Amino acid sequence: MSDVALAAGGAVRPVTTETRAVRRALVAAAVVFLALFLVLPLAAVFAEAFRAGLAGYLAAIREPDALAAIRLTLLVAAIACPANLVFGLAAAWAVAKFEFRGKSLLVTLIDLPFSISPVISGLVYVLLFGAQGLLGPWLKAHGIEIIFAVPGIVLATIFVTLPFVARELIPLMQEQGSGDEEAALSLGAGGWKVFFLVTLPNVKWALLYGVLLCNARAMGEFGAVSVVSGHIRSLTNTMPLQVEILYNEYNFAAAFAVASLLAGLALVTLVLKSVLEWRYGHALSAAGRH
Amino acid sequence: MSNVVRTRCALALGFALAVSLPSSALADRVLLNVSYDPTRELYRDVNAAFQESWKAKTGESVTIRMSHGGSGKQARSVIDGLAADVVTLALEADIDAIAKASGKIPAGWRSRLPKNSSPYVSTIVFLVRKGNPKGIHDWGDLVKDGIEVITPNPKTSGGARWNYLAAWAWAEGAFGGDGQKVRQYVAELFRHVPILDTGARGSTTTFAQRGLGDVLLAWENEAFLALAEFGEDRFEIVVPSVSVRAEPPVALVDGNVDANGTRDLAEAYLAFLYSPEAQKLVAHHYYRPTDPAAADPDDLKRFPDVKLVPIDDPLFGGWAKAQPMHFGDGGTFDQLYRPAN
Amino acid sequence: MTSALGLPLRRPSVLPGFGLALGFTLVYLGLVVLVPLAALVLKTAGLGWAGFWALATDPRTLSALRLSFGTALAAAAINLVFGLLVAWVLVRYDFPGRRLVDAMIDLPFALPTAVAGIALASLYAPNGPIGALAAMAGLRIAFTPLGIVVALTFVSLPFVVRTIQPVLEEIDRELEEAAATLGAGRLATLRRVILPTLVPAMLTGFALALARAVGEYGSVIFIAGNIPYVSEIAPLLIVIRLEEFHYQAATALACDMLAVSFALLLAINLVQAWSRGRFGHV
Repeated sequence: MSDVALAAGGAVRPVTTETRAVRRALVAAAVVFLALFLVLPLAAVFAEAFRAGLAGYLAAIREPDALAAIRLTLLVAAIACPANLVFGLAAAWAVAKFEFRGKSLLVTLIDLPFSISPVISGLVYVLLFGAQGLLGPWLKAHGIEIIFAVPGIVLATIFVTLPFVARELIPLMQEQGSGDEEAALSLGAGGWKVFFLVTLPNVKWALLYGVLLCNARAMGEFGAVSVVSGHIRSLTNTMPLQVEILYNEYNFAAAFAVASLLAGLALVTLVLKSVLEWRYGHALSAAGRH
Repeated sequence: MSNVVRTRCALALGFALAVSLPSSALADRVLLNVSYDPTRELYRDVNAAFQESWKAKTGESVTIRMSHGGSGKQARSVIDGLAADVVTLALEADIDAIAKASGKIPAGWRSRLPKNSSPYVSTIVFLVRKGNPKGIHDWGDLVKDGIEVITPNPKTSGGARWNYLAAWAWAEGAFGGDGQKVRQYVAELFRHVPILDTGARGSTTTFAQRGLGDVLLAWENEAFLALAEFGEDRFEIVVPSVSVRAEPPVALVDGNVDANGTRDLAEAYLAFLYSPEAQKLVAHHYYRPTDPAAADPDDLKRFPDVKLVPIDDPLFGGWAKAQPMHFGDGGTFDQLYRPAN
Repeated sequence: MTSALGLPLRRPSVLPGFGLALGFTLVYLGLVVLVPLAALVLKTAGLGWAGFWALATDPRTLSALRLSFGTALAAAAINLVFGLLVAWVLVRYDFPGRRLVDAMIDLPFALPTAVAGIALASLYAPNGPIGALAAMAGLRIAFTPLGIVVALTFVSLPFVVRTIQPVLEEIDRELEEAAATLGAGRLATLRRVILPTLVPAMLTGFALALARAVGEYGSVIFIAGNIPYVSEIAPLLIVIRLEEFHYQAATALACDMLAVSFALLLAINLVQAWSRGRFGHV
């Protein structure tokens, strides 16, 4: 690059970039846009959360209903994430390593929960498992509670977060091709061995990133969970629902305190993700070069 | 064993755990009260009092769980299977809907408890900014130029339906029963509404916290609570010449209490709402008690005298008639919003 | 290379596990997504075609759908422009805090939508810091359709950036150098060399942002105003129909939206399959 710049004559900028003024203006425009839409809302959450001081903040979080909501949220994420992890791996293996008819359709179906309104995601489970739903009478006869209980919340969360892991893995595995796996097979390794020793290490960072995003969304889902939860205090309220409840009790500081936990989680996710990207970038370029 | 299989086992275990959690975690008998938005503070106190009284009477400790939300949404949850032992909602029509759609409540539920099954009543008043800068004194002032009115959506909020009916009741009197003018007035009123929140609490926040609108149509109890929460120096209550007698009803959900084995508890709970002890709490939380003798006279003094039109007045003809006529699909409320064509 | 029509059911491969992986994928997808969605379609089918058509073309339904799509299109367009800008700045320029900015992009993925809605409402309301500024300019943002655009811009912000970024990173700078040595100005190089290679990614990002924004509920209801025919979005109308105990109207609208989501996503995936075949990348 610099050769070209030199050839073009001394102090002139490289031909593949813009003048300094343009660069600065573009960076400034991007930063202002992001500040308006991303940074300020985040700052507002934390500012409101600490309005009642640190003591008020801690009291809001230690409140029994808030603790119950945190526990439930963790439980839901702990079930939804591994489930979607296994699904993501299976789906990515099928989609990325094989050519078959209807693949675009399959990928579209995997993406679907992503763009379905969360209200609809909750509604479909009510239609299926609710007392007036298709399976409602059968479930009631067998004493199984799904809607307005933990299983319903878990299901709605799994639905909403289903694409995250698969969506991270599919493009990467497509790009990597199956050369490594084929080589390992020709050397006599079995299928599972190839999967665990070749494929998994190749995609581990992307996998982790997918799980992180899945986790963040699982903990933060509001619309779908709101439809199936029943809002029973300290029983079926997740953290986002607890935020809504506190907000509706004019307890704004406490609402934002719980919200700030979720925002903090989002931030931790982002930091972890950046770290991963840094490492995974290296891993990727190393894999590309060998 | 492969990792996949192991993960699946863990998953199954997780599910089993999740399913069994609610039943095994608590030894106490549990009563679930599914209620509407503004009653959070009231039932917090009433539940504590009931638990104490039940314990004193029977020696049994019970857990009372609450679920709050918009009245219509709560009714729908119960229809869809939320295992409420008792429902304490904003509107008779919502309990009627449960009775009709789920069959878990008998049709004649309203006569099972005293006072039309309403242990407390309330009404609709105006909340305005301090000093009443826009000079709002009665319903007619709401449709003056430049006035912005905040109310929740009657489709999703029980309180908002009472707001709507109160406006209707005033207009009937003011225009001497001229149906055309009454409709025009109510339509004009909703043209002055810039935001329709989905619930009463959302509207109060819009008005008080976001600073929007000149007047909030609110439950009397919500207006008093807003004064207490947001500061008496910022708002004041204006009482219109006419309003509705809002009767939030309570009912036992027979289909659920029999399945849960909580009938005795639920019946005692509902009866307790009429007890002097609960009535005192009711007045304290700015609801009008149906047994004023039990209330603290100082609490009673806060309620202004106002002409209250009940829902059973021939004007409305009871909820069975008013609900489909005004709030059903294609009812008067929908007609008001239909764009002229 | 992925022309779907000429392909046999499955192209032979030496790798094992196709049956297991695809089987598990289909069963899981079927149980979690397809069966519940089938319940939705089944419930709607109970209406019959005439009933469905009457509900689907009800003026209020149409106006809610128009609003949802209009605001989602606006938000996706804003994100297309600024997403391209942000991706360009992040990939091409080095500036202090670049890594931090890069990390922030995913915030809307991770921040709960209800929290975002409340925070945005408090900022953009007439008595909030940004809303006050806008009010001085005679502009009302929160509680108007403009507020909906703000919320949707927030939730769909990462999509365009994250789809353009990797493509931009891979663009060979030698192409630009070649263009420059052939005498093309910088602007011409950008327009004729770089932009065309970005088009599939831009399309994908735009469509993803659109698909995500159309269905958004949690963040919008706090900032929308929710006035029928003016600022009432389709998902809110679904909720309102449910609360009228009018299930079939709710499911009819849900089916409308589902069909649109599906069509959008299918289009995206076909564009991607096509561009993979043509450019070798997404």
